[in-house]
Amino acid sequence: MDIHEYQAKEILSDYGVPIAQGGLAYSPEQATYRAQEIGGDVWIVKAQIHSGARGKAGGIKMCRTEHEVWDAADELLGKKLITNQTGPQGKVCHRLYIEAGAEIEREIYLGFVLDRHMERVAVVASGEGGMSIEDIASEKPGSLIRIAVEPAVGMQPFQAREIAFALKLDKAHVNQAVTAILGCYRAMRDLDATMIEINPLVLTKQGGLLALDAKMSFDDNALFRHSNISEFRDKSQEDPREMKAADRGLSYVGLDGNIGCIINGAGLAMATMDMIKHAGGEPANFLDIGGGASPERTAKAFTLVLSDDKVQTILVNIFAGINRCDWIADGVIQALHKIDLKVPLVVRLAGTNVDEGRKMLKDSGLPIIMADTLEDAAFKAVAAWKKATGK
Amino acid sequence: MSILLDERTKVIVQGFTGQTGTFHSTEMIEYGTNIVGGVTPGKGGTRHLDRPVFNTLKDAVAATGANASIVFIPPPFAADGIMEAADAGIKFCVAITDGIPSQDMIRVKRYMRRYRAEEKMILTGPNCAGSISPGKCMMGIMPGHIYIPGPIGIIGRSGTLGYEAASQLKGLGIGVSSSIGIGGDPINGSSFKDHLMLFEEDPETRVVIMIGEIGGPQEAEAARWAKDNMTKPLIGYIAGLTAPKGRRMGHAGAIISAYGESAAEKVEVLRECGVTVAPNPSTFGPIVKEIMARIS
Repeated sequence: MDIHEYQAKEILSDYGVPIAQGGLAYSPEQATYRAQEIGGDVWIVKAQIHSGARGKAGGIKMCRTEHEVWDAADELLGKKLITNQTGPQGKVCHRLYIEAGAEIEREIYLGFVLDRHMERVAVVASGEGGMSIEDIASEKPGSLIRIAVEPAVGMQPFQAREIAFALKLDKAHVNQAVTAILGCYRAMRDLDATMIEINPLVLTKQGGLLALDAKMSFDDNALFRHSNISEFRDKSQEDPREMKAADRGLSYVGLDGNIGCIINGAGLAMATMDMIKHAGGEPANFLDIGGGASPERTAKAFTLVLSDDKVQTILVNIFAGINRCDWIADGVIQALHKIDLKVPLVVRLAGTNVDEGRKMLKDSGLPIIMADTLEDAAFKAVAAWKKATGK
Repeated sequence: MSILLDERTKVIVQGFTGQTGTFHSTEMIEYGTNIVGGVTPGKGGTRHLDRPVFNTLKDAVAATGANASIVFIPPPFAADGIMEAADAGIKFCVAITDGIPSQDMIRVKRYMRRYRAEEKMILTGPNCAGSISPGKCMMGIMPGHIYIPGPIGIIGRSGTLGYEAASQLKGLGIGVSSSIGIGGDPINGSSFKDHLMLFEEDPETRVVIMIGEIGGPQEAEAARWAKDNMTKPLIGYIAGLTAPKGRRMGHAGAIISAYGESAAEKVEVLRECGVTVAPNPSTFGPIVKEIMARIS
């Protein structure tokens, strides 16, 4: 689960990470009020969306008067921002964070990740802050400092000092940096975060360290023990179909194609999408209906896939393990009785009770195109799609 | 022969009396797996599915001589159960549970390192369909009837894709020595490489299929190991060529978040390392058949 910048700053500030004075705003009036509260003569108005690279998309504005703050807020609220991380559909900004402007002397990159190779938390830092980590890794790989944390004892102060000195901070700032680094690690460990990124961590002209931006992601599997973090969830930043699917125990990811997929198992779902592409089509979604899919769940999957109006053909591919093909067939038949299916449907069943399942579908008299193998199913789905759409 | 599990494997079920544990234990017993009992804290001394229930895994091992366990414990408590298995002297543990927090798994992996190599438990999963040595022992939730005994080793993250491979092989009359599910989580008990090493040493296994997917470094690591160390033919498949970057595709670990984690990049590494790449899962059967004809 991702959270907003202002939420991440609120959390990290409690763990000793220095942040600038700031406040949340839902309207231009509130934004100017926040600016007055903060005082000073430079404010940054920042769109709160679940994405990085907001600056390039026009989501971050520097303002020198309260009037400019009002205008910036008025422009950003309700605006759809498209960054290189949001996809072409973009994300709508409903909240703003107004922050005191800082005079920047130096920018540093600081990141915490779960390293899958080392199987522990790794800290990545670079003196080349302000750039994305991908750009730093490809353009200035020599500037990267990496440290892995021993899980049995947690991060030690000497490790934070090593990072601070490698960043060539002067003596006065090393202690501040150590506090911030250890604070981030504790937040990561205590709250089951999977990623913390402070980019940039800046050294101001006034001589202090400040986290100018902050990003945090959390382990969905661990939210059960962090109800306070679950409350930070902002559903307006999520794809409504994916959210609906998740609430129904289905795993769904919307894509750009026209062939809707209903599949059991994440691996088989990905493989089926690949096969559709191989057959000359484009998948409309990833959907794993899970191991023990009841007829009701199968029927729900149909409604979900059809809620995407790009879908012009449906492919059902089930390899029944714990599942049974006759249950799936029952689900398909139930679904087709409830909804008026206007697009071609290809079904491939395999595994437990496959003969009963196929027979039920055949006997139902419904216009279902049957397929024997995964390959056969993908090619039949693409052919049906081409025929139906004249493409 | 086979790897990790066979007719001598004595299995304890952790989370034995729950709904999921009961359902799959019944299936495993029917398949012929030697399930010698189960653990459910607080229900020790009772019987379930005509087998003894114990409060702790140490009690279970002492009473039954069990050497393997399968975990159906709910996610919040599963990591604890896996560490209990490691400490009780279990040699092979299959964790079926989906949804264990990553930091719990980091702790489990760190905990398992405290044992000497010969005492160390081999953990597969979590979030896997389990493992099977056809005709000998099934520790998992797979449909046992799609596997027949034979010379092919299978290692996979995904359950259903593993079924796809096994049933194609069965259709061609080719069997499986062992099929090992390593699971779809970002931090898992053992890797593709760990099991390639075991299959390389298993005299019955002649060809290995590695079924991978997007996310993580394990498929590339295994391919590099195989290039220098493996004498048996290795077939590889990576699911998720059409998966967009940064999106989680069902499995917690199936997400492209770093360089080298996409299907295209992994396929490239596999090819460079001399692995026979299956372009799609429908080709598992024909490729195996061709390789078997060539080597026999």
